[in-house]
Amino acid sequence: MLGRTLREVSAALKQGQVTPTELCQRCLSLIKKTKFLNAYITVSEEVALKQAEESEKRYKKGLSLGDLDGIPVAVKDNFSTAGIETTCASNMLKGYVPPYNATVVQKLLDQGALLMGKTNLDEFAMGSGSTDGIFGPVKNPWSYSKQYREKRKQKSHGENEDSDWLITGGSSGGSAAAVSAFTCFAALGSDTGGSTRNPAAHCGVVGLKPSYGLVSRHGLIPLVNSMDVPGTLTRCVDDAATVLGILAGHDPKDSTTIQDPVKPFTLPSLTDVSKLCIGIPKEYLTPALSSEVRSLWSKAANLFESEGAKVIEVSLPHTSYSIVCYHVLCTSEVASNMARFDGLEYGHRCDTDVSTEAMYAATRREGFNDVKL
Amino acid sequence: MATPMLRWCCPGRRWIFAGIGGGSRHGRGVPTGSTSSGKRGQSSVAQQPLITAQKPRKGEREWAAVVGLEIHAQIASNSKLFSGSQVDFAAPPNSLVSFFDASLPGTLPVLNRRCVEAAVMTGLALDCHINRKSLFDRKHYFYADLPAGYQITQQRLPIAVNGSLAYSVCVGQRWSQMVTRTVGVKQIQLEQDSGKSLHDNLRSQTLIDLNRAGVGLLEVVLEPDMSCGEEAAAAIRELQLILQALGTSQANMAEGQLRVDANISVHHPGEPLGVRTEVKNLNSARFLAKAIDYEIQRQISELENGGKILNETRSFDYKLGCTVPMRDKEGKQDYRFMPEPNLPPLLLYDSGSLPTGADPQQVIDIDQLREQLPELPRVTREKLVRQYGMRPEHSFALLNEVGLLEFFQNVMKETRAEPKKVTSWVLNTFLGFLKQQNLAVSESPVTPSALAELLDLLDRKAISSSAAKQVTDVKKGNPRAINKLIGLVRRATLGRADPTVIKEVLERQLSS
Repeated sequence: MLGRTLREVSAALKQGQVTPTELCQRCLSLIKKTKFLNAYITVSEEVALKQAEESEKRYKKGLSLGDLDGIPVAVKDNFSTAGIETTCASNMLKGYVPPYNATVVQKLLDQGALLMGKTNLDEFAMGSGSTDGIFGPVKNPWSYSKQYREKRKQKSHGENEDSDWLITGGSSGGSAAAVSAFTCFAALGSDTGGSTRNPAAHCGVVGLKPSYGLVSRHGLIPLVNSMDVPGTLTRCVDDAATVLGILAGHDPKDSTTIQDPVKPFTLPSLTDVSKLCIGIPKEYLTPALSSEVRSLWSKAANLFESEGAKVIEVSLPHTSYSIVCYHVLCTSEVASNMARFDGLEYGHRCDTDVSTEAMYAATRREGFNDVKL
Repeated sequence: MATPMLRWCCPGRRWIFAGIGGGSRHGRGVPTGSTSSGKRGQSSVAQQPLITAQKPRKGEREWAAVVGLEIHAQIASNSKLFSGSQVDFAAPPNSLVSFFDASLPGTLPVLNRRCVEAAVMTGLALDCHINRKSLFDRKHYFYADLPAGYQITQQRLPIAVNGSLAYSVCVGQRWSQMVTRTVGVKQIQLEQDSGKSLHDNLRSQTLIDLNRAGVGLLEVVLEPDMSCGEEAAAAIRELQLILQALGTSQANMAEGQLRVDANISVHHPGEPLGVRTEVKNLNSARFLAKAIDYEIQRQISELENGGKILNETRSFDYKLGCTVPMRDKEGKQDYRFMPEPNLPPLLLYDSGSLPTGADPQQVIDIDQLREQLPELPRVTREKLVRQYGMRPEHSFALLNEVGLLEFFQNVMKETRAEPKKVTSWVLNTFLGFLKQQNLAVSESPVTPSALAELLDLLDRKAISSSAAKQVTDVKKGNPRAINKLIGLVRRATLGRADPTVIKEVLERQLSS
């Protein structure tokens, strides 16, 4: 049951094959069993069970809220959740309990989703490995797959099995691992420079970064305001469409969301690709690309071509400048967004009381890790 | 309009300015190229011995001062510039703080429409060009009353630019000699106010109140076209009246709704401009001119003694009556200006460019705002002069006190007396009485009707003016004076008026 897609389990709930409470308890139990993955920072057991109870009442009356009612989900720990600790995997916000829900979180809750917990990440979403948070690294569930274990056994010379694990990629590694390990059916991540797509690829799940302005950032603790987007991690593409349909739309609390109305949608079944034209940017075939990735890419291109689609080469000429521009913009905005963490209104505050400047300096030194200093 | 190059201030100025020949001025006005010996504005007493003598001796050089102003006016709106929390001066500390104001992570700014309208209206009233597109920026510095570590302002492209403010100063010995000056308005921008810090030195702590954090401000930057404290004070006064007439700010300096920073430098006419200092937070109308004049004097003295002026920030110490350097602001600060990524460009429309089918709630039409602009003080004064043949300085005086104009107009409605008489009574006797009793017009025990009736009696020569003046004496609470009044009235009416009737009339007047 836990390995099903969101759509499948939603149907099962509607048909009464399983109840939200059963689903919730199974996920909670699996979370406990897979604790070594370190995917969750906070497990909101009580909250989830209460939500399951409410959902069950609705199903009994035949008044389910929609496709997400009673479905366990997880949320990356840089989204504000009312009454649930939100740390961004940083000492700076350890113990910080927000008084409000991020818009995307609220939308999930309004649809009756069950919040299983807050997932691990790189500190403040700065990183691409989910290794730099204060709660330790997230381990890729595939490290514990039979194939991987056998491969390692052959190569290893009695190494400690505990230290032999793969990264999840990042920064939304916890969310990707949570979905990949079947502890939830969908998870929220955030994507600035690949932080949802990267761990999705590492963990073998579908990571979607919506276009900037489609999904509200209100309540997403920002890294780079002009690039951040809430992302989704799901086990299949249809599920991604379902979740996006719920999350997208104008939010008056976020002035950068587009005003055009958005309605939930389902993807058409694609059986005929002969009318598709697919472009592959030639600048992406860099010498540094690993042979494994290159061959997978070719495999996908060949698959489309053999089914009748047109596959052509396109050019994105500014690709080589993109990473440099990204770094300049990223560091400026991050420095600006981190300026508010001074220990005065919320979060960690040091013990120094000599002067305001000393307090700021000590608080920030203690609160941030090396990446930020 | 070019500022007249002849510059002198009210009598009592203690230094001499050479007006003409200011080729080193900023672009306003055309230098005539000639020099003058500047014998104007001489006072009889030099109160500060270090200043140049009254008459320029042979070989001695004159000084010219250049004053520019940055004014921060709190916008009169129900909620703050970027958040929904209320704006209220007197609320308990930290009771009007939204999540955004407290800089809780993940919160985003949402622009307040009323604040934009206030900025556009103020820009229109000051003849500015309203930028159809303006941008928001972040200005970074660390301070406890700035929760986010940055202020959202408009540095690159403000909402309004290139306007002018006309104000009047009196010249010569008499109040009746008034001239109009103009000062350029460089720009008007929208920005956030910071919270308040209260330094508790006893307990080595600072208390922070964030009620004010995020309140909308209009920053009005005036070009350095002014040359002394008097001019600056007059310009500020006129700006206050304009803001109050528009309703865009209550502009009360005592309540911190209007704050002024001055940029001051001195130089010899014909030479380049001197190094300027910034004098911050001039929060009192009374001390504004004093502080600016002090700083001008200080700079002149410093330079005449061979010293140098530092490009520093100073504040005015009200108790000592002098400017002192502000310790925190030594050295130039790098504010690391950056576009505010959470706010798209602000687009304004006029009737020609309004997109069809646009939701009126979501767009601002500049032309519509222009049509709805309230009457400006300058226009009101001109009307008074035209309608009543009033002297200009009287029209100024009538507008200078809250509620006085309305009072005057109400009296005019009910009396047959001549406007000149009414004006004189209102400005001299009535206002004098209020000042003596430390009352506002709204607190006056004398109503417009009462004064109107009194003036009618006077007009009919039923009572003498001295008797009428004594009415105010009785109002002060001297009941025995009524008998004296009755006596006076009897005499004025040559014994023909019936004392009982007189008493009745007077009592009716006095009890109203």
